[in-house]
Parts: sequence; C-alpha cells; structure tokens
Amino acid sequence: MKLAQEAIDKKGWLGAHRWLILRRISQLTVLVLFLSGPWFGLWLAKGNLASSVFLDVLPLTDPYVFLQTLAAGFLPASSALIGAGMVVAFYFLIGGRVYCAWVCPVNVITDLAAWARRRLGIKGGRVPDAHSRYWILGGSLLVAAWSGSLVWEWVNPVTIIQRSLIFGLGGSLTVVLAIFAYDFLVASRGWCGHLCPQGALYGLLGDVALWRVSAARRAQCNDCMDCFTVCPEPQVIRPALKKAGQESPLILDRNCTACGRCIDVCGKQVFTFTHRFDQRSDS
Amino acid sequence: MISNPRPESAKKAAVSPAPGRRKFLNGIAAAAGTGCLLNLAALMLARPAAANPPQALRPPGALDEPGFLAACLRCGLCVRGCPYNTLKLAPFGGAAVAGTPVFTARDVPCEMCEDIPCVKACPSGALKHELKDIGEARMGLAVLSDHETCLNFLGLRCDVCYRVCPVIDKAMTLESMHNPRSDRHAMLLPTVHSAYCTGCGKCEKSCVLPVAAIKVMPIKLVQGQLPAHYRKGWEEKEKHGSSLIGDQVQMPVRGMEDKAFGDSRLNDTGKVGSAPGGLNSGWKP
Repeated sequence: MKLAQEAIDKKGWLGAHRWLILRRISQLTVLVLFLSGPWFGLWLAKGNLASSVFLDVLPLTDPYVFLQTLAAGFLPASSALIGAGMVVAFYFLIGGRVYCAWVCPVNVITDLAAWARRRLGIKGGRVPDAHSRYWILGGSLLVAAWSGSLVWEWVNPVTIIQRSLIFGLGGSLTVVLAIFAYDFLVASRGWCGHLCPQGALYGLLGDVALWRVSAARRAQCNDCMDCFTVCPEPQVIRPALKKAGQESPLILDRNCTACGRCIDVCGKQVFTFTHRFDQRSDS
Repeated sequence: MISNPRPESAKKAAVSPAPGRRKFLNGIAAAAGTGCLLNLAALMLARPAAANPPQALRPPGALDEPGFLAACLRCGLCVRGCPYNTLKLAPFGGAAVAGTPVFTARDVPCEMCEDIPCVKACPSGALKHELKDIGEARMGLAVLSDHETCLNFLGLRCDVCYRVCPVIDKAMTLESMHNPRSDRHAMLLPTVHSAYCTGCGKCEKSCVLPVAAIKVMPIKLVQGQLPAHYRKGWEEKEKHGSSLIGDQVQMPVRGMEDKAFGDSRLNDTGKVGSAPGGLNSGWKP
C-alpha cells in the first residue's frame, strides 16, 4: 500500500499533510520576515539566521555561530550575547531540533531528497555513523580555537544556504546540489540526520525541552511502518512506540525534530503533539 | 548502518562482548574519522581563502583581518545598515571570505556617514563600536599607483580625486612640482597622507580614467614601515630647537662660486637662477 494511504483515506490529503504544510509555512515565513525588507521596504527582521534583529529591537544570534566565535577567542559584544541567550532559551524550552524542522531551509532540500529516494525506491548507499555530528561539532570548535577563525563557516552549508537565500547571493547552488546529491544518492537522511553539527548542537540544547511527540495511542499501532519510513530520525520512535527501554509514550530522544510527519502519516492516530509531562497512554 | 549504542545493544554486549564492543568502537572510529575529515577539509579550504583580494575592503571600524575573521558572524546586519548599498556580503565560492562584508571602491565607495550605521548594526563588535568619528576609520589607504596615466602627472589639471576627497587638504593635497617636460609649468600632484586617509574610496571611484590610476587597498598591502630606530633629521632638529651636531663649516666649491646647480630656471635678473636648490640655497643640516 502507498505510504500514508490509510491516513489520507481517513483524514483527507490535507489532514494527512497538516504538519508538513504548517512546517513549510513556518520555514517560508522565516524567510519572508527577512525578505520583506529588501523586497517591499517592510523591515521585520534584518540580518540572517546567523544573527539578526527583529523589529529593530530583539536581537537573535545562532548559538552555533556564537560558540565558534567564542572558540576562536573573541567575546562578542552584548547584542550578540543577548541574542544567543534568547535563541538558547527558546530552543531549550520548546525543543532544540524544532529549529531543524520548522526554521532551517536546508530541511526542505533534505526532505525533497528523502522523498525522491522513496519514490524511486533507492535503498543503498553509505550512511555515516549518527554520532559523526557530535565529532564534527567538537572538531569545528577545536579547529576554530586552533586557527582563531570561524573555519567551519567557510563550508557550513546551513549558513551558506540561509545567507544566499536572504541576501540573494549566487554561488550557493553548488552547495544546495551537493547536499541534495549526498542525501539522494549516498546517504539516506545523511546531512541533517548524521552530519550537521548545527543540528547536533540544537539537539543538545533541547535535551529537556517541553514540546514533544507522544505515541499516546500506541496500542492502536498496526506496524505499518509508515512513521519509520517518513521519520527523519527513525531511531527515536521505537522507545516510545514499542516501550523499548522506557515506559513513557513520549519521544524523548533529543534528535526528534518535532516535525510531526509521524502524526500526519499514521492512519491509526497513534501520535500527537503534547508537552513533556503528559504521560497519558493507552498501554 | 546506524550504530547508536542503545540499551538493548549494551545488554547484548554483555552476552557476547566481542561483536558488540567491536561494533561500538567501529562506530566511534567512523564518527571520529568523519568529524576530523570534514573539519580538515574545511581548514584546507579556509587557509587559502583567508587572504582577501586587494580590491575587497572591509567596512569602517573592522578589526584587523585575523581578529575580524574570528569575530564576524557573517550575519549581514552591517550590509542592511548601509544606506548607500556600499557593503556586500561576499558570496560562497568568490575570492573574498564567504559571508563577510566587503566593498569595492570602484563600484560603490563608502560615503562616510557621520553616524556610522554599519558599525552600530554590528552585533558582535567585529566592527569596533568604539569608532565614533568616521574620520578615524581606516578601511584602506589610497595609492596613486600609476604615474604614467594620472592626468595630473601628465601636467593636466584633472584634480578630480583631490576635489572629491571627504578629507580634502588633509588626506589628499596637491603638491606643486616643476614640470621637467615643458620646463615652464607646474605639475600639481595628488598626494595621499596616510595620517588622514580613511580609505573610503571616493578618489578611486571618481578617477576619470577607464581604469583608475589611484586605488584604495588594504593598508597592510600598501603601507610601508620605517625601521623603529630611524629618526628624521629635520624633525629631530625642530624638536631640539637647533642642529644636534652644531653649525657646519661652509666649504667653498672652487671654481663654481658663481654657478647654481640643480636649478635650471631663469631668475628675475635673466641669469640662470640660484635659489632655491643648488649650492646656494642656504640649506644647513
């Protein structure tokens, strides 16, 4: 049976793509906030996702870029400091990798690659170890400290793509294509799920965050595997859904991006968004 | 392929330690290898790119280049702050360090806003917030690099670079020189003074030639430096009030008493002149 067919039959196409659509709107809105200024003269957010000012008052700074600057031996001025604090506080409370699924435009590229893999039935490839991201994260900070420069920012596809979109810079199409090609041909969910140090840091930040997916109706599960198929971090589902090593129905793994695709595709309505303290379940 | 050590794999490891541990260690080695490899690649890319091309100037108040590359968040807030679209973020794959702000004087020079909005916009301090007077900015240094094409050097009165200089008569002066080609005209040579030049680039922008004869480049690239122990005699003399080695004995040059040297101009008596220059100029050490 086609992926999510039961969910589409029961909830309609819109219902079975609800969170996906909302995420795309969210990702687009973030870009529009930055682009309404240069396009229409309506300045809502200035800068880019590395550091920005919202409505000319609220500073926001990406904690990963900030951390690299610290590692390179420079203590940024108060505005960047406050900005990083704001972002850290938000993702610490709401959910670290919410950034990956709801904000970062790279997610659109890697989702597209995953979709293309599924549609064309590409199975093979060489997937790196999922801990690689932490080594890249640590390594990038070490290299910054050693060289006194933000070395990772030379190649960081996340900031390169964000910057190019917001400032209309050329030259990043190669980066987009490289990320797509890697995820499509070499490693399923390779970049976001295994290598990206920025996502890794957000994951660490949101380890105890509040917003969670719960497999609250896990007794209804008919093992159709649709949620595993669409999940960008499939290893996070099992503990909650199958009580593997935990009783709680909550997906507590720090690498759950709260994308809500499992909620969308489930024909049995097993999953739901809830908060960290909601332990209700039907089994 | 994903080899996250999960609780159940740990249990398995207790039953048959060798394969579980080997898988775990292999996973760590692979992850560490990937991490090191990617960062090494980044480092190798970063090294050659660290040198910006000479035409890429930094915004006012920028820290020196190594400090700037540690401090700049690549956010582009300075670019948004610039009212004249002078600043641009360097694109990925270009010659300048990707994502950092640069401007090219010949395209759009810095207009030297009094309130320096680009510096105010910088959230990290890569552009020093202590810079309050744009006259103290040192974005680069203008160099009249081509004496063969500069119209003033050819004896014309172009003067455009001098006229547009926002720090006119301080950062740029016209120095009058004898024109040896016509032997009867002056050349007014545009002369840059590094003590005042902000490197805004308006001179380069306005040079009337198809290719500018005056160019603004990063200070490090163009400014010389005297050895620390060098003293200029005339400055020392002024500081001291008189010559430090006492007055010199004037020696006559036998057979040359009536002649001027180094000065071929006619003086008002119609004879080949004597002053200034030459042996009778009255110059004393």
